[in-house]
Amino acid sequence: MVDYRRLGLKAGLEVHQQLDTANKLFCGCPTKLRDNNESIYEIRRHLHMTESELGEIDRAVMEAVQVQRRFVYKGYDTTCLVENDEEPPQVLNQEALDIALEVALLLNMRVVDETHTMRKIVIDGSNTSGFQRTALIASNGNIVVDGSAVRIDILCLEEEAAQRIPDDGRTYSLDRLGIPLVEIGTAPDITTPEQARSVAEHIGIILRSTGKVKRGIGTIRQDVNISIAEGARVEIKGVQTLNLIKSIVENEVTRQVGLLRIREELKKRGAMRIKADVIGVSDIFANTRCTVIETALKSGIVMAVNLPNFGGLVGREIQSNRTLGAEFSDHAKRFGVGRIFHTDELPKYGITKTEVNTVRKKVRAGPDDCVVIAAGDEGQVRSALNAVVKRANEALDGVPEETRRALPDGNSAYMRPLPGAARMYPETDVLPVRISKKRLKRIKRSLPELFQERKERYMKDYGLNEELAELITRSANAPLFEQIMRLNISPTLVVMTLEATTSELKRRGVPVQNLEAMHFIELFELICANKIAKEGIPRVLEGLANNPDKTAEEIASEAGLQTLDRVAIESVIERIVQSKRAFIKEKGYGVIGPLMGVVMLELRGKVDGKLVSTILKEKVSDIIKERG
Amino acid sequence: MKVGDRVRIKKGDVTYTGLVMPSTGEYIVLKLDNGYNVGIKKDASTKITVLKKGAKIARRKKTPAPLGNRALPKVSILSTGGTIASKVDYRTGAVSSQFSVGDILSAIPELAEIANFNGRVIYGILSENMRAEYWQELARAVADDIKKGADGVIITHGTDTMTYTAAALSFMLKTPVPIVLVGSQRSADRPSSDNVVNAVCAARVATSDIAEVTVVMHATSSDDQCLIHRGTRVRKMHTSKRDAFQSINDKPVGLVDYKDKTIYPFGEYRKRNVQELVLKEGLETKCALVKFFPGASPMIIDHYADAGYKGLVIEGTGLGHVSTEWIPSIKRAVDNGMHVIMTSQCLSGRVCDRVYDTGRDLLKAGVIEGEDMLPEVALVKLMWVLDRTDGQEEVRQLMQTSLAGEISERSTYG
Ligand SMILES: [Zn+2]
Repeated sequence: MVDYRRLGLKAGLEVHQQLDTANKLFCGCPTKLRDNNESIYEIRRHLHMTESELGEIDRAVMEAVQVQRRFVYKGYDTTCLVENDEEPPQVLNQEALDIALEVALLLNMRVVDETHTMRKIVIDGSNTSGFQRTALIASNGNIVVDGSAVRIDILCLEEEAAQRIPDDGRTYSLDRLGIPLVEIGTAPDITTPEQARSVAEHIGIILRSTGKVKRGIGTIRQDVNISIAEGARVEIKGVQTLNLIKSIVENEVTRQVGLLRIREELKKRGAMRIKADVIGVSDIFANTRCTVIETALKSGIVMAVNLPNFGGLVGREIQSNRTLGAEFSDHAKRFGVGRIFHTDELPKYGITKTEVNTVRKKVRAGPDDCVVIAAGDEGQVRSALNAVVKRANEALDGVPEETRRALPDGNSAYMRPLPGAARMYPETDVLPVRISKKRLKRIKRSLPELFQERKERYMKDYGLNEELAELITRSANAPLFEQIMRLNISPTLVVMTLEATTSELKRRGVPVQNLEAMHFIELFELICANKIAKEGIPRVLEGLANNPDKTAEEIASEAGLQTLDRVAIESVIERIVQSKRAFIKEKGYGVIGPLMGVVMLELRGKVDGKLVSTILKEKVSDIIKERG
Repeated sequence: MKVGDRVRIKKGDVTYTGLVMPSTGEYIVLKLDNGYNVGIKKDASTKITVLKKGAKIARRKKTPAPLGNRALPKVSILSTGGTIASKVDYRTGAVSSQFSVGDILSAIPELAEIANFNGRVIYGILSENMRAEYWQELARAVADDIKKGADGVIITHGTDTMTYTAAALSFMLKTPVPIVLVGSQRSADRPSSDNVVNAVCAARVATSDIAEVTVVMHATSSDDQCLIHRGTRVRKMHTSKRDAFQSINDKPVGLVDYKDKTIYPFGEYRKRNVQELVLKEGLETKCALVKFFPGASPMIIDHYADAGYKGLVIEGTGLGHVSTEWIPSIKRAVDNGMHVIMTSQCLSGRVCDRVYDTGRDLLKAGVIEGEDMLPEVALVKLMWVLDRTDGQEEVRQLMQTSLAGEISERSTYG
C-alpha cells in the first residue's frame, strides 16, 4: 500500500462538461456533431504568435509556435463565419450562462458581478482564432465528498475547441468548435487516488442533475493536476472515464517518485548540467542492419549526443512499461523524429555492439554515460537531440512542471510546458455581462433538488431504506423512478429493477441500452394489473432490450409469462398435490419445501411465488387433514 | 486605488486579488492572478486594500526589429492606421489602431527576407475618419520616398476606406515603382490575423515590377494567396471576411502565392521605371456621392447645388437612372455649373443612358455617363478632375477617358 499522505500527494481536478444548449456560445449554429464526410468546405490557415495583454509571450505558446502552425479546417452547413474566424462573435449565449450559473450555485460558489470574456491563447490549431474564448463565472465554492471538503476554485464558461481529425496532425473539424462548455476547477485538496475518482464522480452527478448537459463519450473530460512533496505540478489532460482517474493519479505518483529517485542517483554520481554536443555519426552506420537507421540514411543523417552519468537511468522504468527514455522520446517526436535509440537498450533493433561501442567512443562516452542516437533530416534530428538534452537536464532537478496527455492505459505522455497566466487578454468583441441579483434569484428558485434532500425525500415518501434511496438518488433513472412510483407498486422492486436487474442483464450481454422509459412504465403497469408476476421481470426486459419495438405485453405473452388466474394456478397445484398424496401423508408439512420447487418449475415467471405458497399450503393441509 | 495597482478586494465572503484594469463602466475591473478579468460592483461591504502601488501595465520592451539587408530592395512602409497592427484600448475595451514600423517588423519577421524596410507613421487614424486632405498628405509622403530612392512603397491602411485612398493615389501619382496598400480584416492582436500573409504578399508586390497603385489582400478565406487589385477597380465587398476585396469590372492585376512568394500576373500592367514620377495632388473637395432609391427626394440635389458643390456623382439604378422627378433639379444644378456623373448601384457593368426615356432626359439635362467606373472611384476622380479644369466639355472628356485603369473600353465576358 502506498502511503499517499506521507508522499504529500496533492491533486486537483478540472472537469470540462459540454452544455446541451440549442446554439453555440457565440453564434447561432446548432451544437451538433457531424460526420467528417459531410463537410462542405475546407479552409487553410496559419497561426502566428501574439503578444498577450501584458506583453509577455507565454511559454506554452512559444513552444507550440516552434513546432507547427499550419492547419486545415473542415466546415459544414451547420457552421458559420464565426467558427471560420471571419465574423465577430455574437453576444454571449444567455442559455449557456444560465446553466453555468445553475452549476455554480449547486457547487456553493460565489458568482462574479460582471463576467468578462477573455481570449485564452491556444495555437495548437484547435481554435481558428488562435484563442479560446472563456469567461470566469464564479469562484470560492466547495463540495463535501465522502466526509471531506474539497474547495471549488473556479467555474468558467468557455467555447469547446475544434476536434482534430484522427490520423491527420493538422486537420480540424469545425462542428465541435464553439459548443458551450463549463470548466470546473477544484483546489489541490485531494489527497488520495480514490478521492480523486469520487470527487470527479460527484461533480459529474451534480452536472447531470441539471438535465442540461450533454451526455455520452467525449462530452465530459477531466484534467488532473498532481504533485507530491519535492515533485512538481503536472497537469494530465483528457481523462475520458472516471475509472481511469484513479490509475492516472497512482501512476503519476509512481512517476514522480521514480524521477526523484533518478535525481538522487544523479546527485550521487556528481552529474552536472549537460551542454548539448550533438555529433554526426553517419559513417559508423554505413553498413547497418538497423532498418530505421538504414532508411533514414538514404536522405538524412545519424547523430548522437552523450548524456554523462545517465548510464542505466534512461532505461529505468518510471511508470509501468514507460522508461525515462520514453519521456526523452516524447520530446524528440515533437520535432518529427519518429524514434530515438539510447545505449541503455542497445545492442538491439539491428544495432550491433560494435556500432554502439564506436559511437560511444566518438562522443567520448564514459562507462557511466548514456548515448542517445537519432536518424533523419539533419535539422529535425538536431532539434530532437537538443530537446532530449533539455529534458535530461530537467532530470537533474527532479520532476519538470508540464502538461501531459492521458494514455488509455492510465499512463501519460509529454504534451507541452504548463501554461502561464499570461495567456489571457480581453475579448474586446464581446461585451461584459452583468449578472443581476434578480437573475441569480430566478435561477436559485428553480435549482434541481440536491442529492441529500432527494435521498431524504425518497426515504420518507417511499419508505426506501437508506442504501436503496442513495442508489436511486444518484442514478440517472431517478426521474423515471418517480414517474413509475405514480403506480401503486413496491418502491424496492422498482429500484431493484432499474438498478440491479438491468446491470445484471448488461453483464450477461443483453443490450439494455435499448431500454427506454416507456418500456419500464409498461412493464410496471402489467405488474400492477397482476398481468405478469415480478418473477417475469428479467425475461420481459431481456425481450424488450432485444426487440425494443415491441410492447411489454407482447413480450410477456410470447414468452408465456402472463399470470395465470387463481383458478388455473389452483388446478396446476391440485394436480401436483394429488399425484403426491402418498408422499404428503407420509411426511406431513415437511413436503411443502420440496413441492414448492416442483410447482414453481412449472409456473415460474407466470405467478407470484407468495400466492403459490399460500395455495400449496392450503392444499397440503387439506390432504393431511383428510381422514384415513 | 489606481489602474495598475495590485489590490485585494473583499466583498462579502469572497476575496479577489489582482491588478486593477481600466474600467469599462462603474464596476471595478480586476485582472486576477489566473489571468481572468472580472467586474466587481462596489458596495458598502466592499473593502479594498492596495497591496502594491503603481505596478505599471507597461508593455515589455520589444525585441529590436531585425536589421535590414542592404542588398535587398528598399521599401518604405507608410503607416496610416487600421488593423495591420493594433493594440487593446483599455479605456473602451475596444481594439484600436497603433503602429510603428518597428512594431510591424517585429511582429512579422519574414518581411526582413524580402526587402530592406524603412518607414514612418504618416498619421494614425481609423480608416473611417479619413478625409481628402489625408489622401493628399499621403500622396506627398509617397512621392517624397520615391524621390529619395524607395524601390517600392507599402501603405498600411484600415480596410474600410482603403479603396478610396487607393483610387486617390492612382489619380494623383504617376509612379515608376509599385505603391501597395495593405490592411487586415481580422485584428492583428490575434494569432489568426490575416495581417502576416497580407503584409508579406504586399512586400513581394512592392519589390516586383508592377509599378501601379494596387491593393494586396487575401484571395480566399484561406491563408494561401493574395490578389493584386488595381487601385481604381477594387471594392470591399464583405464586412468581415478575409477575401472581402474584389476587383469589379476588371480582372485583378495578378496573384501572389504566399508559400513560394511567386507572382502570377493575369494581364497587362505598367512596368517599373517606365514612367517618371509625377505628383498632382490637387483635389476639388466640394464633391459628393448620392445614392438614388425609389421615392428619393430630389431635394438632396438642390441642397448640394445651393451649398456651392462643384461635382456630384449619382449612384443610379440599373443602367444609370433616377426618377423623372429628379431631372429638373439635376438640370438646374448643371446649368449652375455643377458637374453630375451617373454611375450604377449595380456596380458591375456599364452605365448607358441612351436606352430609356429617363436616361435620354438625363443626358439632355447634362449628366455625364460614368462608363463602368465604381461610384466611389468616380467621386475621387471627379475631385481630381475638377481641380484641373472647370470646362464642361473637358470635364466630360476626362471623366470618360481611362486615366488610371478605372474605365475599360470593352466590357468583357466574366
Ligand atoms: Zn456558427
